[in-house]
Amino acid sequence: MDQILKSLEAPINPNIPDLRTGDVVNVHVKIKEGARERVQVFKGTVLYKHNNGTNSTFTVRRVASNGIGVERTFLTRSPRIEKVEVERHSRVRRAKLYFLRKRTGKSARLKQKFN
Amino acid sequence: MLKGLIGKKIGMTQIFDENGAAVPVTVIEAGPCYVTQVRTEERDGYTAVQLGYGEAKPKRLTNGQKGHLKRNNLNLPPLKFLREFRVKTPAVNEGDKLSVDVFAVGEFVDVVGTSKGKGFAGAVKRYHFRGGPKTHGQSDRHRAPGSRGAGTTPGRVYKGSRGPGHMGDERVTSQNLKVVLLDAERNLIGVRGSVPGPRGGVVLVKEARKN
Repeated sequence: MDQILKSLEAPINPNIPDLRTGDVVNVHVKIKEGARERVQVFKGTVLYKHNNGTNSTFTVRRVASNGIGVERTFLTRSPRIEKVEVERHSRVRRAKLYFLRKRTGKSARLKQKFN
Repeated sequence: MLKGLIGKKIGMTQIFDENGAAVPVTVIEAGPCYVTQVRTEERDGYTAVQLGYGEAKPKRLTNGQKGHLKRNNLNLPPLKFLREFRVKTPAVNEGDKLSVDVFAVGEFVDVVGTSKGKGFAGAVKRYHFRGGPKTHGQSDRHRAPGSRGAGTTPGRVYKGSRGPGHMGDERVTSQNLKVVLLDAERNLIGVRGSVPGPRGGVVLVKEARKN
């Protein structure tokens, strides 16, 4: 039975690279406004990933202009995601970066990881 | 053609529709079903179609079941589950084979199943009673049902009052579920939303009553 469900899963979106928590990413999302379709970019840090087949998601956090944190969760396999660009990786020691929510300014920075 | 099938609940997943929205889907392996008997007004007092589903080893069936499937030289496979669908005019013949193509994507169906058994459940779980206060000196009253009725008059609990008792494991119908997925090759049908019963449970898929 599990195999039948697996076979119905949505294909992996080829425009989404392998994401890691702590990555700074630009997510290009297709948005429908009436008949018009446009692309919106959401830039922020990947807080955590949830890997579960079709139901996989990743959550991106960004601090808006007025200092208010905005978190947005995307379905990884959604066809509404046009592409995801990774700007930089960060050195992180945990899978879920919940601690970033309580931090602002200098302490909210993550060390860049080069490879 | 009769719009009804017997099937097995496979489980839930989600798919993306043409707009890119995620749709919750229950996948049901429905059919192939065989018409094992047509009930008629003259002979049985009502009209219905009896369908059979689920091939089993012949030795798993009783001789009575085998004999029933062998009537009229129908040459049916050994079927585990037989269910009746009430219809006004049975437009099928005994021995006919039905598969998922009796339904089409976009149609609405009702799905009948047996809900998961919850055992002896309290009134909070069973009827969504509020329970008692959590604080203010309450002890052992957190999930209590409260008063069951008035005092000396009538001096008894009215029949049918809601209270703790056995919950689940009963026939439940989910109405007006949209068909979003059909796979004739693997006999799969996907409906939007949930369906009663555990995975692997036997369900009936019918044309929606309220269409």
